[in-house]
Amino acid sequence: MSGWRHPTAGRVNRERPAGFHFDGIALTGFEGDTLASALLASGTRVLGRSFKYHRPRGLWGMGGEEPNAILDVTRDGVTMPNVRATTELLEDGMALSSVNAAPDAAHDRYRLLDRLQRFLPAGFYYKTFMRPGWMTWEPMIRRMAGLGRIDPANCPPADCPRINAQCDLLIIGAGPAGLAAARAAARKGRAVWLVDEAPEPGGSLRWRGGFIDGADWREFVDAVQAEVLAAGGRVLARTTLWGAFDHGLFAAWERRTGLPDVHWRIRAGEVILAAGAIERPLWFANNDLPGVMSAEAALHHLVLYGAVAGRRIVLATGGDASYPVAAALAEAGAEVTLTDIRPEGPDAPEGVRVVRAARLTAARGGREVRCAVIDGEAWEADTVLTSGGYTPSVHLYCQAGGKLDWDDVRDALVPRRGTAPIMVAGAASGSFGLSAALAEGHAAAGGEGPAPRPEGDAPWGVTPMRPDPALPGRQWIDLQNDVTLKDVGLAAREGFTSVEHLKRYTTLGMATDQGRTSNFAGLAAMAALTARSIPETGTTTYRPPFTPVPLAVIAGRRRGALFNPLKRLPLEPEHRAAGARFREYGGWLRPAVYGTGDESTLAVDEARTARQSVGIFDASPLGKIEVIGPGAPELLDFANYVRMSTLRPGRARYGFMLAESGVVYDDGVVLRLAEDRFIVSASSSHVAGVLLRLEDARQDRFDPSRVVLHDVTAHWVTLTVTGPRARDLLDEAEIAVPEMPHMGVAETTEAGHPMRIARVSFTGDLSYEVSVPARHSDDLRNRLDRARGAVGGRWIGLEAVMILRAEKGYILVGKDTDGLTMPHDLGWGAQRERRRDEYLGKRSLFTPEGCREGRRQLVGIAVSDGDAPLAAGAHLVPLDGPRRSLGFVTSSYRSPGLDRPIALALLEDGRARIGDRIGCFHMGEVRAAVVAPACAFDPEGHRLDG
Amino acid sequence: MQRFQCPFCGLRDETEFHFATEAGKSRPEPAEEVTDAEWAAYLHLNDALKGQAREVWVHLTCGEYFLMTRDTLTREVSGSEALPGRAS
Ligand SMILES: [Zn+2]
Repeated sequence: MSGWRHPTAGRVNRERPAGFHFDGIALTGFEGDTLASALLASGTRVLGRSFKYHRPRGLWGMGGEEPNAILDVTRDGVTMPNVRATTELLEDGMALSSVNAAPDAAHDRYRLLDRLQRFLPAGFYYKTFMRPGWMTWEPMIRRMAGLGRIDPANCPPADCPRINAQCDLLIIGAGPAGLAAARAAARKGRAVWLVDEAPEPGGSLRWRGGFIDGADWREFVDAVQAEVLAAGGRVLARTTLWGAFDHGLFAAWERRTGLPDVHWRIRAGEVILAAGAIERPLWFANNDLPGVMSAEAALHHLVLYGAVAGRRIVLATGGDASYPVAAALAEAGAEVTLTDIRPEGPDAPEGVRVVRAARLTAARGGREVRCAVIDGEAWEADTVLTSGGYTPSVHLYCQAGGKLDWDDVRDALVPRRGTAPIMVAGAASGSFGLSAALAEGHAAAGGEGPAPRPEGDAPWGVTPMRPDPALPGRQWIDLQNDVTLKDVGLAAREGFTSVEHLKRYTTLGMATDQGRTSNFAGLAAMAALTARSIPETGTTTYRPPFTPVPLAVIAGRRRGALFNPLKRLPLEPEHRAAGARFREYGGWLRPAVYGTGDESTLAVDEARTARQSVGIFDASPLGKIEVIGPGAPELLDFANYVRMSTLRPGRARYGFMLAESGVVYDDGVVLRLAEDRFIVSASSSHVAGVLLRLEDARQDRFDPSRVVLHDVTAHWVTLTVTGPRARDLLDEAEIAVPEMPHMGVAETTEAGHPMRIARVSFTGDLSYEVSVPARHSDDLRNRLDRARGAVGGRWIGLEAVMILRAEKGYILVGKDTDGLTMPHDLGWGAQRERRRDEYLGKRSLFTPEGCREGRRQLVGIAVSDGDAPLAAGAHLVPLDGPRRSLGFVTSSYRSPGLDRPIALALLEDGRARIGDRIGCFHMGEVRAAVVAPACAFDPEGHRLDG
Repeated sequence: MQRFQCPFCGLRDETEFHFATEAGKSRPEPAEEVTDAEWAAYLHLNDALKGQAREVWVHLTCGEYFLMTRDTLTREVSGSEALPGRAS
């Protein structure tokens, strides 16, 4: 209990206290606090348990780099897991709970795990999970490791807008460099978008303060904002630019209070990255104890929120930038000792004890810091602040493809100019200090005249500091994933010396903080251990997102019914009124069955009625691709396995479209309406693909001026009347049907509008597909529905249609075929032998694979032992001898026409096995069955004529 | 998210496009005279060039196939033209 609230410092609203709970303990903060500042000021130290060893962990930083303070936040009864305490604003009534701790962070029952640390080295999981018996470990490890809890009640509304935007100049980061760039660009009349994570622009000025061009920094910020807006630009606060994508696309997440968050997709003409830098930690024994914090973060929390890190503070540094931090803390009332690794440095600030040429080697304490060991001497302290230098935030530059160079002077990896279409300014490019940031920002935007000038800019000397393997004790490199310097050493000894291997082997940098505070140290340690330079050791790849972004924000409104919107039938309301139950079939919402009660019973009843009298079903999703022009016959001959140029007008023919691999891509009927006009009835789920393949052939192989394609699937409604009384129903409906044979088609006129009637059957019974333009579908539907009663027919859903077609052995491509099925496997071998001309997929049918014995062929499967249908997907196996899969069941139903189960299957040499007994293996049981022809019902086809 | 230039419609998001094939691959014919190896090469062997590549793409929205020249490494698109004989 060491952090405290300064009576006056900070910009929180002291008039508006906000009550909250942390692990059940009631605490109070103020409006304007972050979760982190409120917890810090309350004196709460242990905020969670570490990922692997369950060590106590406390607040480290001030933003997205925070590795420890990750909390589950409950508000209005709904819990959001894994919230970074440093970036979330406090609200009255929030309940916070620590993650990876049971029951809570202070009393975690797995804390003893830390004693076992020598048995849990890097690569522990890889080593353990390769041995037999790892399954016994797994549930235990899953329980002990991990982060927050998923709340099933947390189902946020799909209301985050996704906004596509374009901007002339995008500036990422509204600190001094970004502000200077924005001012310069705005003055040149450019529309600038200035984007920053923080609630207000200013960046480090917000806690470091300063005077710019003779005025307080706030005046500078206000003036820049005004100039940006006046030039037509925009300032987005609380907005994280989290991803750089191809061709200048950037993704940003804007948090809004009282409104849904926004997912921005910004196309930027030019981009300036001014994302600043992140303070590095220092490496000493127990550098993960609660109470060890980033010095910069301590200043941030003090100045912005009046949250003081501790009362007796040791600040260990090697840079000048820590001196103002010490000064501010001392002025706030803390007892501050600054230990500088360098023999010389700036003058001691007032009230600060400075120890020079001193090195911090350990922190001690149980659950939090009790003392700091400096050059072998224990100093009592409740807080240890550290500054190990600064790491430029180059993530977005690298996401955009940029490369980095090692810079000895800046002691950092800095962007290599020209490797990404992004300019980098300020600390992000390794130029630390206020005047450098302002000058670089100004220059990056092509600023005219003098750059903004700060007053009394502090010097920015930094002494490079590195983890020291010679130092005793456990030195943490990655706090969030619990990786120590010893783990890096182990990885080096075991040969994982590439940084990409180091990362995967030890999990260093793989946590949700993306190694902001750890990657550099891991890299530097590996370089030292392998006697290589940092550039020789390399860096890992940076990928989006920069910080974790809620999936609800990225998904936006594209969820539920809008995720992948279904195609709807024009007659859907009428079907619903008739009691239809709807389901998705190949992207279309279609009636599955009509009526109430058990679905499979209804489907069987519907199928029986269709067999006995007549059924009507909505076949509108059936593809209707018009192929028009003198070049149509040759195009269709090429695109189809079955020749279509020999089809007479007024006739239809069944065929297949193959992929060039010879595999069946689609099947269906082609109608020829005139010499130069065909309609391809592609399967409802394949229309787009068939059209694309036809277009490919049309444009790349034939003369596209001689044939055009037009997909009119959605323009027409098709109702199919099927059953022995189909013709009676149409007569009753007073629809004039020209005399036509099976596979005939005619265009007629009915009540002044066009109608097309095709005698094409997907059920094996006499069937008429009646199509009218969608706007006339009510009339057709009502006439058929009225006539239905007179002939004892009923509406049937897709489930009944599936039964009817399976009884006949009619396939569904993709269900009764797979990625190996060729047409001759389906009994269509004659064309392969006969056709001399070229067609799609032809050559593949004659490859050794296409010609080999033992191909899986379509057959039927009959059972005699009871009423239960076979399990679809079940493997077919020999009844005698060693068990192996000979194929599998593709469709299985109870047939009302035959009053027994029927099935279709793909079976090795299936046709030669017809009549043989075979096993059907399902859930450990083998059921005896008999191989049969695919067509189980009316094999002579008598019923096609009614 | 890349943006490609359809020669008929202009600059559009990559989601509107589909890769078709590497440019310049001609279909070996007639089937009777094509060896298994030649056919397999046509079906499966691609240059998959690193750097400048010429490819056939289709703009799904308008249905037109076209030739695109792009750098597969930098993703820079340097050319987009209708198939030979097609006016854009
Ligand atoms: Zn187009």
